[in-house]
Amino acid sequence: MSRTLPILDAPTVPLTALDQLWFQVAGTVCNLKCSHCFISCSPDNHSHWFLDRAQVSEALVASASMGVKEYYFTGGEPFMNRDMLGILADTLAFGPATVLTNATLLPQRTVDDLARIAEGSQYTLEVRVSIDGTTPEMNDALRGEGAFVRAMDGMARLVAAGFLPIVTAMQTWDDFETPEVLGAFRELLADIGYTRARLKILPPLRMGAEAARSGGYAETERVTAKMMAVYDQDLLLCARARLVTARGVWVCPILLEYESGRLGETLQEAVDTPARLSEQACLTCYVSGAICSNVPGYAQDHS
Amino acid sequence: MSPRRTPGAYNSVAVFGGVYSNHIALEAAITDARARDVDQIICLGDLGAFGPNPDKAARLLREAEIPVVCGNYDDSVARGLDDCQCGYTDPRDNQYARLSYQYTFQNTSPEHRAWMGTFPTELRFQLGELSVLACHGSPRQMNEFLWESTTPTQFLQKLALDGQADVILGTHTGIHWMRSWGDLSTPGLIGESRETPAGAYVNVGALGRPANDGRTEVWYAVLQAKARELSVDFVPVQYDHEQLAAEMRSERLPEEFVQTILTGWWTTCLEILPGKERARGRF
Repeated sequence: MSRTLPILDAPTVPLTALDQLWFQVAGTVCNLKCSHCFISCSPDNHSHWFLDRAQVSEALVASASMGVKEYYFTGGEPFMNRDMLGILADTLAFGPATVLTNATLLPQRTVDDLARIAEGSQYTLEVRVSIDGTTPEMNDALRGEGAFVRAMDGMARLVAAGFLPIVTAMQTWDDFETPEVLGAFRELLADIGYTRARLKILPPLRMGAEAARSGGYAETERVTAKMMAVYDQDLLLCARARLVTARGVWVCPILLEYESGRLGETLQEAVDTPARLSEQACLTCYVSGAICSNVPGYAQDHS
Repeated sequence: MSPRRTPGAYNSVAVFGGVYSNHIALEAAITDARARDVDQIICLGDLGAFGPNPDKAARLLREAEIPVVCGNYDDSVARGLDDCQCGYTDPRDNQYARLSYQYTFQNTSPEHRAWMGTFPTELRFQLGELSVLACHGSPRQMNEFLWESTTPTQFLQKLALDGQADVILGTHTGIHWMRSWGDLSTPGLIGESRETPAGAYVNVGALGRPANDGRTEVWYAVLQAKARELSVDFVPVQYDHEQLAAEMRSERLPEEFVQTILTGWWTTCLEILPGKERARGRF
């Protein structure tokens, strides 16, 4: 069970720059019900609702003068949002966009539209596909029966349309097995014609449904002020990002289910409000860097 | 070279970066730039990586008295850091980055390491009536990648405003590109207003390896300004790449690095390429 720390004890992190703007574009609504989902998304989890195209446009306009570098779209499953293609087209007029999807809702016409939208922009449209194993048994144990085949079908259509999807998998194996698992992923993807696979392994976030699956954080697992004294805070997503939702602006996609993660009604309020590392999940980000970004947080060595 | 009007004020400059120990291309580029009678030649750093015998490129730059902006490689080599600060996480990219860095570090003389420790993180000068900020990655972070397809104009505008510059020059990614916004000939509002003035960003490319385009030439940039009118030419440099490949093999550098020189396609350090740039390459 995750625990919120007393607000006065938690270290704070001011925003260095709004480099990334995230959108909880499908709220907590997903066509799958994965047993490792850190915000317990499902078809009937309506705690956060969809963003519509006008809401996203308003945030894009507000973000432009802040010099945002990248836009990310997550959920839930973004392609359950009926405005998703229009939202991506709007976004690509401002900057590069990344959509995080389970790839099970990508029929050919959607992929064709995505390819057209991507081709029409000077900026990159990245598609990040979550697949958690190299076999139906391994993947579907987490993501539900039939998810593997449907996701691989979606991925194959993306690859055929010219995309180079970033395949993400949550690590459910021991570290020493990682090279073998990466090799298996490369073989699997090569079989559908994806010979230069981009792979991203994510650490588990022991909260939401995942806490019930693998156990939550221990009482002592948290970020302290002392730990931050010897740490480059720019490695944390909260130093460089905010998340727009239908219910206000949050600090990051990980803390969506925590009221402590809500930093304001408007983007400007949330930008002006420092993040508080009051949740135990902040420790995972502290240890692993900005795991949500396409390219992990890296810093210049100022030692 | 034609006489300068005042120190740090030019009408034309040749700017290159990402030398990556490719001393043969460096020599060809210096010769080419001098033939163009530019007022100044500037290097934006990363003298080492990939290529053979790093002291050769360092010697050429010192002999030509070319000012150098510090790149992440130069910073790492000068300070004896453990890696090149490119931030790779992919095991294969990491392996080759480590090989490249260890070779470069071990083959850079103490004298050149000390010299690299003197490089500034940015240079500022006037080009015509334009203020120019020259850096390695970005003005805010030496090792920040600014790719064409993942760098919005709004972000560049912020960098230019924060850096109080009309024009920003960088390298680091290894692929040349440029973008301008607004009408530069209208005097900017820098220092007077937070309104967005006109500006330009130029990634001058890299001399060390080809631009992942299947061509063996490498690239640098020549910038000229008449008053506030900017022109930018990207210059392809043909050089004896087969000689470089032979020298790399004699130094037992990875064949993957040699193939990039011979084919023009990047074979390593691919993780950090965005989708659009990666799709244009072969690997």
